[in-house]
Amino acid sequence: MKWDLFFQLLVNGLIVGMLYGVVAMCFVLIYKSTQVVNFAQGEFLVLGAWVCLALVTQMQLPFFLAFIFTLIFMAIFGIVVQTVILRPLIGEPIISVIMVTIGLSIFMQSLMNWVFGNDAKRFPDVFGSSDVVSIMGLNVEVAYLLSLVLSVVIMAVFFWFFRFTRHGLAMRATAFDQQIAQSLGISVKQTFAMAWAISAMVSGVAGIVIGIVNSVSNSLAFVGIKVFPAVILGGLDSIVGAVVGGIIIGVLENLAEYADGQWLKIGNLYTIAPFYVLIIILMIKPYGLFGTKDIERI
Amino acid sequence: MGHVPNPRPAGDFRTSYVDDNRMFKTHFEKYAALGILVAVMIAAPFLGNYWVSQLIVIGIYAIAAIGLNILVGTTGQISLGHGAFFGFGAFASAWLATSFNVPTLISMPAAALLTTAVGMIFGVPAARIKGLYLAIATLASQFILEDFFARADWFSGGVYGALADRPDIFGYVLDTDLSYFYLVLFWLVLSVIGVTNLLRSRDGRALVAVRDHYLSAEVMGVNLTKYRILSFGISSFFAGLAGALFGHYLEYVSVEGFTILLSIQFLAMIIIGGLGSVYGSILGAAFILLLPQLMESITSVMAVAFPAMESGKAYVKQMSIGAAIILFLIFEPEGLVHRWQQIRASWKLFPFSR
Repeated sequence: MKWDLFFQLLVNGLIVGMLYGVVAMCFVLIYKSTQVVNFAQGEFLVLGAWVCLALVTQMQLPFFLAFIFTLIFMAIFGIVVQTVILRPLIGEPIISVIMVTIGLSIFMQSLMNWVFGNDAKRFPDVFGSSDVVSIMGLNVEVAYLLSLVLSVVIMAVFFWFFRFTRHGLAMRATAFDQQIAQSLGISVKQTFAMAWAISAMVSGVAGIVIGIVNSVSNSLAFVGIKVFPAVILGGLDSIVGAVVGGIIIGVLENLAEYADGQWLKIGNLYTIAPFYVLIIILMIKPYGLFGTKDIERI
Repeated sequence: MGHVPNPRPAGDFRTSYVDDNRMFKTHFEKYAALGILVAVMIAAPFLGNYWVSQLIVIGIYAIAAIGLNILVGTTGQISLGHGAFFGFGAFASAWLATSFNVPTLISMPAAALLTTAVGMIFGVPAARIKGLYLAIATLASQFILEDFFARADWFSGGVYGALADRPDIFGYVLDTDLSYFYLVLFWLVLSVIGVTNLLRSRDGRALVAVRDHYLSAEVMGVNLTKYRILSFGISSFFAGLAGALFGHYLEYVSVEGFTILLSIQFLAMIIIGGLGSVYGSILGAAFILLLPQLMESITSVMAVAFPAMESGKAYVKQMSIGAAIILFLIFEPEGLVHRWQQIRASWKLFPFSR
């Protein structure tokens, strides 16, 4: 066994897994509070990355300012999507809700292809991000470390928001029971819009980070699909589960790559392994590690 | 969504269950369906190659959409992997025809049966989960099958794809589009008849019961596991059949042709056509196939005035599909069939309609 390669991949997996965890968190946030499965999560991520890149390269804004503007843009975008597209579908069957986000996702995909082009574009070097530091003999890019830090920060902010703020409490109440929340004076409409705004914003941040680490292209939307194994593994309505699931999937796909390269020699196991895991989880533990089991009463 | 009145003429009542269960609800419906069929058959030779090829693809997509509609519209399950099953049918038929020298006319239904088996395997998780979880499970099956196509050289030819010959009937090769069109039409008519009859049988009613309230259905003695997996099998059968027809029509099956986008298009067809409606599936298939082309020509016209539109032609096609899904779900969730029923009802009730 090549231990150094093994550890390198393990660390990569952990860092990528944290990012999956962040995106999975956005996904769960929307699902938990509005009962909508957002198949366009990956496109949200790409949109954030493109907007930030465009602000930096075309408008020549400093990175920090561009970052703030992107956040504002994504928040507004999330609210618009919620009010224009998803509000009319409240109470419709689940397939309609799934399909409308799928429709949104292919619409956004082609629109972004058109507006921003098909080619991958690199972020200008922001923080000397392509430098490599050596930690305990492992080479880690600064950008990766940055993304790790940012992921932890986002998770901490999420925790703080839901635990200690009024709006966070309102959102938890709405997720628990919409009718009761409404009767206590919480505006459910506002809460829904806020869930989408936060989710879009955080996806945008994740998109920017992944864009800095790799480069920005429309294929980043695949992260939005990788998120499904993560959330199913963690349980669809558990934010902690999303993070844990994200990390497990990130590590797992890197281990799959290692096993593939060392012994199996199948090739491409990296991208497909999470989906096999997904099928297996669904067969033995459909509600994931932390999800609440649906109990149906007649 | 207003209430749609019964389109039967006054005084013409259903007096028995047999009456209520007929394939065609009214005589008009029966003759209209036959009339359209005959008209298409007679008109096809005069349409020119472009429209015949369009009709072929519409027919093929319609068969697959009819299959998906059993799963989604009738049984209330969901599948994001229909495009991959469609692809499996295409590869399976090409594989049977080239590796085992099975005559193509036989390899197509045989491929459909193979696809049925695969669909039932992937349908096993469906026995336990539903709704969103099922959507994600079938999404996984889409990626797993796509990966399989790219990997299994013995089956699909790997990255090179597979060659599929046109079928021949007793030495007469169906190498023109027109002759192939009649083959597709034959299978389409057979599928429509088969599915319409399935829906008015005991099994069909069981599927509807599973959709409407699965717990009640189970209490009434409907075997949930059996019918959920069965509906996956039936829908994969039609996907496989359509895929086989598609492969032999193009005479070449490529690994890249059966992505998630195709699965989404199939779902779009049945949503736009009308969930649970056989004729709606055909309408939806035509709509999804013709809309991007219409949008492309509109863009070309607009590009004369705004040159910036020129570069967007390729993207406008896909955007139009996404937009159509969103707009239909918001404004006409029951699809084109429902719209047609409303138009018909407002004619019938003319002075009193809205």
